[in-house]
Amino acid sequence: MPEEHSNRGEISVNVFDHLVELAALALDPEEREYLRGELNGQLRAIRALEAIEVDEDLPITSHGVPYSEATRPTIRLDKARDAMLAEAILAQAPMVENRYLVVPDIPQEALE
Amino acid sequence: MTAGLADLSAREIARRVRGGEVAASEVLDQTLVRIHEVEGRAPTSDPYDPQPRDRERIHAYISLVEARARGQAEAVDQAVRDGQDPGPLAGVPLAVKDIFCVEGTRSTAGSKILENFTAPYSATPVARLEAAGAVTVGKANLDEFTFGSSNESSAFLPPPGNPWDPSRVPGGSSGGSTAAVAAGEAALSLATDTAGSIRQPAAFCGVVGLKPTYGRVSRYGLIAFASSLDCPGTVSRDVTDAGLMLGAIAGEDPADATAAAVEVPDYLAELERGVEGLRVGLSPNYFRLAYPDPETGELREQSIDPQIEAAVHRAAESLAKAGAEIVEDVPMPHTHLGIPAYFVISRVEAASNLHRYDGVKYGYRFPGSVTGLREMYRETRGRGFGLQPKLRILMGMYVSGEQYERDYYRRALQVRSLIRQDFDRAFNADGKHRLDALLTPTTPTTAFELGRVYGDSVLMQYADLLTVPANHAGIPGLSLPAGFDSGGLPIGVQLLGPDFSEGTLLRIGRSFELATADEAWRSRRPALIETL
Repeated sequence: MPEEHSNRGEISVNVFDHLVELAALALDPEEREYLRGELNGQLRAIRALEAIEVDEDLPITSHGVPYSEATRPTIRLDKARDAMLAEAILAQAPMVENRYLVVPDIPQEALE
Repeated sequence: MTAGLADLSAREIARRVRGGEVAASEVLDQTLVRIHEVEGRAPTSDPYDPQPRDRERIHAYISLVEARARGQAEAVDQAVRDGQDPGPLAGVPLAVKDIFCVEGTRSTAGSKILENFTAPYSATPVARLEAAGAVTVGKANLDEFTFGSSNESSAFLPPPGNPWDPSRVPGGSSGGSTAAVAAGEAALSLATDTAGSIRQPAAFCGVVGLKPTYGRVSRYGLIAFASSLDCPGTVSRDVTDAGLMLGAIAGEDPADATAAAVEVPDYLAELERGVEGLRVGLSPNYFRLAYPDPETGELREQSIDPQIEAAVHRAAESLAKAGAEIVEDVPMPHTHLGIPAYFVISRVEAASNLHRYDGVKYGYRFPGSVTGLREMYRETRGRGFGLQPKLRILMGMYVSGEQYERDYYRRALQVRSLIRQDFDRAFNADGKHRLDALLTPTTPTTAFELGRVYGDSVLMQYADLLTVPANHAGIPGLSLPAGFDSGGLPIGVQLLGPDFSEGTLLRIGRSFELATADEAWRSRRPALIETL
């Protein structure tokens, strides 16, 4: 990500453009202005997290509730089952030919 | 008023249907009549031109699925005729928040990007409710991908109105669900709660909303937002119905590796046992804390609406009279950090979950000509997503970027641990407070006017200030109607308990209902329904 920041935690136009490109979002100028303004507003709220002391060793978890051996769900058998859904799923695709999903050309780009 | 089946509790409807006193088809007919009386014009994704009449109607449903519902109701009636038990929810009209896949129905997540998506299968909790005899009437409106607290960010407008005053928001993101249940357009709604999306709109609409423990209910078939926080749960008009519905949807599911292997109790069996000997806490950190000033937007320490605070204290007195021990001054020092941590964690997970919408596998694809795949992605996502998903994707990508991950994402996860520790201490059976539940306000304000907050994503997020700690901690939360403010808007109070303590929370909630059954506010009905 470009290093250009007007000040710490403020998302500059350059950083914003980079994020938009990574996120693959076509935006109009009005949306860009609104989104960048709101992002910076949210960052100001997030800054409350910096105001407290946090012990480096404080553990993190993947969700709030700890699962014990007893409550951890049983792992299901690695066994194929016929869900009979293939046609219904294919029917949802925007463009299909001979059961292949069709996408626009992927232009070749020379690697830098 | 079309008094009758549309206003009965789910339990009473099921009792009458199972006993052959009334047909499920008749319950459906009366529910559809109510829907047509209160709904107003159907929400669409066309450019929205607000009309004054929109602010007098409910607009709770994105889609009605009448033919499908008719088939389900007839199957229930046939089972009764054949002497079979159609299930504990026989004939109960159900609104499913349109974030769940329901086989054969348009399942939109309130987004243009899924406008034409027809779910090829049903979510586990939907399948369980339908197997128990519930009749899915329609798909309830919501904030786009559940991203909001007012239901105004839906791509399908007009937005739902609050049945108590349709010029105000029903809350969100499950605004369609709570509005539908409050207005008698369904007896139950299946909804989701990631930061308060069941409890906050339940409080705003004067209904009961239960967010179960993380892992209590399967997420299979739920269109994902923040996978470490999302919880399917219940919306109902009373506590008994919440227990009835939770009993139907809870439990292990081979299709969801986070659905915990914890036995599902009979939530109704102990419901009337009262609260004698239970310890219910109050925490000052839920009454006064840092959040943005509603007028200036400035983040400062302030008290919540005094009428809401008073309602919580009245609820505590009712429970004390019923035999509960009230424990005051329980410290919950990290409560105010719930929203800042949520701004990080939920956005990172949302960005990750929303990368799947690419115009290739399902959903909307930009139909115009493009130079290549990447432009197709950009145009599809740019036109398919509304502003709120775009905002969450960009924020999630920013705070999880390699150079910021430590300052933001990791720190937010640590704050989640601190919030969890607050609850662990309060509920510790050997600790100082030994609480069975914490009693708090559900929201800092009552329902606000449509258009007043929407657009200010920071202020909107703070509507979940008092509900989001339970999502971080993974614990269950129950919002209960507890009276009205001077403007006639419902006030909600919230009970929070240890992991898998839904039975206890429901028991306390039921005790509160019984203790306040004769109070005048209990007999109020939304004017919109009263005048029918």
